[in-house]
Amino acid sequence: MTTLSIKRLYKEYGDQVVLENINLEVRDNEFITLVGASGCGKTTFLRMLLGEERPTRGTFLIDGEPLPAEPGPDRGIVFQRYSAFPHLTVHGNVLLGLELARAPRLGRLFGAARRAALVEVDEMLHAVGLYEARDKYPAQLSGGMQQRLSIAQSVIKNPKILLLDEPFAALDPGLSADMHKLILGLWERHKMNIFMITHDIKEGFELGTRLLVFDKVRLDPQAPNAYGATITYDIPLGVCGTPLLDELTTRTRRTERFVNKLAVA
Amino acid sequence: MRRLVNLRPGRGGALVLGALPFFALLLVYLIASDLRLSENPSDKMLPALSSFADAIRQYATEPDQRSGQVLLWLDTQASLTRLGLSLLLGAALGLVFGIATGALPYVRAGFSPFIATLSLIPPLSILPILFIVFGMGEVSKVALILFGIAPFLMRDLSMRVGEIPSEQIIKSQTLGASSWTLITRVILPQLLPRLLDSLRLSLGSAWLFLIAAEAIAADEGLGYRIFLVRRYMAMDVILPYVAWITVLAFALDWSFRRVNRRLFPWYSGKNA
Repeated sequence: MTTLSIKRLYKEYGDQVVLENINLEVRDNEFITLVGASGCGKTTFLRMLLGEERPTRGTFLIDGEPLPAEPGPDRGIVFQRYSAFPHLTVHGNVLLGLELARAPRLGRLFGAARRAALVEVDEMLHAVGLYEARDKYPAQLSGGMQQRLSIAQSVIKNPKILLLDEPFAALDPGLSADMHKLILGLWERHKMNIFMITHDIKEGFELGTRLLVFDKVRLDPQAPNAYGATITYDIPLGVCGTPLLDELTTRTRRTERFVNKLAVA
Repeated sequence: MRRLVNLRPGRGGALVLGALPFFALLLVYLIASDLRLSENPSDKMLPALSSFADAIRQYATEPDQRSGQVLLWLDTQASLTRLGLSLLLGAALGLVFGIATGALPYVRAGFSPFIATLSLIPPLSILPILFIVFGMGEVSKVALILFGIAPFLMRDLSMRVGEIPSEQIIKSQTLGASSWTLITRVILPQLLPRLLDSLRLSLGSAWLFLIAAEAIAADEGLGYRIFLVRRYMAMDVILPYVAWITVLAFALDWSFRRVNRRLFPWYSGKNA
């Protein structure tokens, strides 16, 4: 059971308000997609969940406890890239999480303990379709395989929360469908909460059980930094249709243009 | 006619082109040596090839009258021991301080300005201090080389730690790594091939400081020997010694590269 409770959360850097008045309750086993224009605090929000950033104001509770101030094994992360370890094979990359947990001093398992762990690793590699590539190094893998590897690394730890930061953005469009199937399967099997940032609103609609839209409510050209983004839509998925998708796309584009214009100025 | 920038030599062509300057130099030397020797048969400046052969035979195969040892091997052993010891200590210091300053912000805040200042002191300027403090023996020579290469290695490795993508550092923490296991399982193994690269880069200065130290105070060693026979203008000894030092330097560099490729196949030798 994992629940998240966020109340009146603000994140500011000096004068610049990034997130304002975020309120969110998350129940167990939700698959939440986060969409919104770039610069609307999706990544900041994810970094807070990770423990890399602290909220400026407001409460952020996981299972009733305040959020830890650093990343930990209960919250897994898959970045857009660079998160597999180049010096370890596919096997070693997935094994690492188990080794770090079971051998806190050496960070290495030997003998029977290692063999037992490798059985779990092989199972995970079969699940993500990387078993045949188990002896390769990440540099020898395609982009899609590297992302599968990164997902396997995190999921084998059975995290309460899995964070995905645009995990498929750097992949060929044709690969996304496979990856969606993979991630949905893992989500059902491992019973975790997933937060996935995506730039692709359509992807946000297709995946998951709940869609959060981050957007700036007030676009003030005179004081562009005075107002941050907040959650403008919180939609349970499976009930919305094309008109909503179109509306969201229009709104996001408008904010994006606004942000870009500011960046140019 | 294609543009010059698009014309590439084949494998054999590249080999011939590469050998050309060596042969040109040899040819120029032989002609110049011949001219000088025909004017004055006892000229020592540019000895003939036969004098080299004699000198090499004497230094590389015959025991020295005074010490009873074969000088070239005695010198090579002494120099390589000093060099190897310094490289080993330098690598250890570089790894420890490089990782500590690269991975731990508190250690970085404490040591980085200090190491940066140390690295600015010209090592040769403190050679007298080293001689006074450590005496004229082996310690001061190793200390000089160490002083010349260790600050560079520390700073270079510290920067290499910084080059590891932050995604990996965060990911390891979500996989349950402590600061210690993050260093031993993620940072250190990725730093080892980079350490070998940095050592290769510091080989040049290591040789420089080795020969400088030997020239000033030693009773054996490659640098000692060439500075000793300089008094007799013994070019027939100096030039083979220089060639031998070059061969040794090349062999070291080459073996470092080989070791890197063999031990760390995942490290595609980006800077090789």
